[in-house]
Amino acid sequence: MLPELGQMALILALLLATVQAVLPLVGAWRNQPALMAVARPAAIGHALFVTLAFALLAYAFLTFNFSVAYVANNSNLSLPWYYRFAAVWGAHEGSMLLWVLILSLWTVALAIFSTRLPQVFYARVLGVLGLLSIGFLLFILLTSNPFGRLLPPPPNGADLNPVLQDPGMTFHPPVLYMGYVGFSVAFAFAIAALLGGSLDKPWVRWARPWTNVAWGFLTLGIVAGSWWAYAELGWGGWWFWDPVENASFMPWLAGAALIHAQAITEKRGSLPAWTVLLSIFAFSLSLLGTFLVRSGVLTSVHAFASDPRRGVFILIYLGIVIGGSLLLYALRAPKVAGGKPFAPLSRETLLLVVNLLLTTSAAMVLLGTLFPLIGDAFGWGRISVGPPYFGTLFIALMTPAIMLMPLGPFARWGRADGRLLIRVAVQSAVVALLVGGILLFADSRGTPPWRAVLGGLGAVYVLAGVFAYALKRWREAPRGSRYPAEMLGMLIAHVGVGIFVAGVLLTTAFSIEHDVRLAPGQTETIGNFAFRFEGTTHVTGPNWTAEQGTVDVLENGAPYTVLHPQKRTYDQGQGQTESSIDPGFMRDLYVALGEPLDNGAWALRIYVKPFVRWMWGGGILMMIGGFVAATDRRFRLRRHDQEATSSASPGDRPTPREDSA
Amino acid sequence: MKRALPLIGFLLLVALFGFGIWWNTQHDPREVPSPLIGKPVPAYSLPFLDNPSQHLTRQEMLGQVYLINVFASWCIACGEEHPVLMQDAQQLGVPLVGYNYKDDPADAKAWLARHGNPYSMVVTDRNGVEAINFGVYGAPETFLVDAKGIIRYKRIGPLTPKVIAHVLEPKIRELKREEP
Repeated sequence: MLPELGQMALILALLLATVQAVLPLVGAWRNQPALMAVARPAAIGHALFVTLAFALLAYAFLTFNFSVAYVANNSNLSLPWYYRFAAVWGAHEGSMLLWVLILSLWTVALAIFSTRLPQVFYARVLGVLGLLSIGFLLFILLTSNPFGRLLPPPPNGADLNPVLQDPGMTFHPPVLYMGYVGFSVAFAFAIAALLGGSLDKPWVRWARPWTNVAWGFLTLGIVAGSWWAYAELGWGGWWFWDPVENASFMPWLAGAALIHAQAITEKRGSLPAWTVLLSIFAFSLSLLGTFLVRSGVLTSVHAFASDPRRGVFILIYLGIVIGGSLLLYALRAPKVAGGKPFAPLSRETLLLVVNLLLTTSAAMVLLGTLFPLIGDAFGWGRISVGPPYFGTLFIALMTPAIMLMPLGPFARWGRADGRLLIRVAVQSAVVALLVGGILLFADSRGTPPWRAVLGGLGAVYVLAGVFAYALKRWREAPRGSRYPAEMLGMLIAHVGVGIFVAGVLLTTAFSIEHDVRLAPGQTETIGNFAFRFEGTTHVTGPNWTAEQGTVDVLENGAPYTVLHPQKRTYDQGQGQTESSIDPGFMRDLYVALGEPLDNGAWALRIYVKPFVRWMWGGGILMMIGGFVAATDRRFRLRRHDQEATSSASPGDRPTPREDSA
Repeated sequence: MKRALPLIGFLLLVALFGFGIWWNTQHDPREVPSPLIGKPVPAYSLPFLDNPSQHLTRQEMLGQVYLINVFASWCIACGEEHPVLMQDAQQLGVPLVGYNYKDDPADAKAWLARHGNPYSMVVTDRNGVEAINFGVYGAPETFLVDAKGIIRYKRIGPLTPKVIAHVLEPKIRELKREEP
């Protein structure tokens, strides 16, 4: 009975989404306030019913309702309650429901926090979000119903995919979707602006905090996914350039570009068309990611169910949403002129260059991801390009971006002082070389690998530049307005990039990985650490049994810690490696069990991974930066925005802070 | 026109994705093209399960079309595949060489005794060294070798009645016709 109510709730949500889409858009077109006023209640009702459906599915999981096929396929009696709850989004149908839930929650947040938007604009934004929801609800109801019955119900269910039974994985999908779906807000703003026919309105300023928050969530989601792969897949890798990972990375890159483009357009009114296009791109790449993961067009290690019907449906949806918005862009964008002129050397130019580097990276990732498909289409066979392609490309494209990073804040809008920029670059470079020289002198291990040199220098260069700018603001700006939230967020995020660069390149260069056979009592030594394998014992968990190894770690002969890697077998027969990690600020010790060999010996993977945590730490700083910037008071809607739209031209608004920058 | 470029690019992508979906309906994604297809079988010399002092070599099998089926007693999917081998593979009319992969000979014998032996002969690769030359991912896998000792087809994963009827059987008929 309750699952049928869930299905009814989805159908009602679909109807309300249709109301939310059609009436306000028609109202905005015909200028009928009564129709536009429907947007808000419809959006809230739509969200309530989606939430109800989600809650009913969660309830089915928590109460072991195996008569629901999706529940029976993804949980069983011995699965702990928190994983049963996470199992709601553990497979295709439920994760699509989560997608719609998050879309409806973003919509409600917008409906509540943005009531001061001009009514026509508000109606259009909610209408566009309603249109997006219609497509996904139809997709769920027609091809991926999570409430389908399985009669007679089996006495016990299968199991949640064991790789998903990990704390990191339970919150990875919701956070990632918060990011993916969050870009729908910037997208809806851009489409509403195109529909309105004029981009010279402060819509960009209203869209900015939403973009920053979405990007922050996406960053956290990627960090969580990377951490999960590291801890759970058992061989210490943290990024594989897998199609599914690329699917989350492309919108991230486009989102980072969008954040910078929005800054130009909002502050100076320049390049509005480019900002609109990037708003479309960021969300399109999110949708594309969903398509790539869900359609099975590219097979990947994240093998999800693939069903050609679903693939066709999503492709049609993509065609309508992305094709439609690009068509609208092609028709409407040329009417918009370019804003204030700027000199070749100016903050605008620097931001634009970074923008182009980020979008080019996204395009290159897209090309690399689709390469096997292109190969098929042209009959070259399924050729994959792997880490060498992506790695080389990234270092090539990101090096100039890193070089420019400290200069951006120092460059003035309109026309920058070239000598000042050169001085900043030289100072940062000198600091980087000095620190690098001291480290090289302090470390006796000989010439470090080039990646380590690049990583260390790049990180110190960025940090020195950020610090110099923070210092300049401290000295020159009046107390109380030294670090407005927007600038503080930027500084934090840039520090995050520096730390991330150091983490990635240093861990790649300095990781020591020993794959060894150890019999009980044998020792493997890496640097100062000795790992003594004490053999395995049999342990039992709620829904698994495991061989658990004991590895005594000695540092310079003194006991340091004991690690317990596991090789689990879940009750349904799937195996899963649980690595055991001693985390550290400067390095991780990482032990995973490979295969059992004869006489109690095991193949063990014993890794020392210096600085690996810096990478995630950098990512988390970037996220915090995104969130902090979003809280800037300047982004809050003011009462006069409602009237301002008719008269204000961008760039003329008095924004005293930026001129001091 | 410049403003329409993103749209044109996107339409090309849609065409590519449409092709991808179509391609997937025509192909089994598990069908990884083996680089060995069209190449000679690696030279092997493997002891028989029943008589380890005798070896089966590539030369001995020249001149006939045959199948090599990689299996192991520890392999769960092989248990699924086994009834198919017992029924359908017998009717193909070519020798079926069992390739016992990384398995204890005693376990393999017990397994065959319990479930029945569909193979014309069984050879063992105790530590899986020879299997590296065959590019074996895991068990079960099946190779089709022609009379000249060339690998003509490879299947990763269990054979199914459908695969045997639609892929193996026609290919074998064709290869036999080529034989003098």
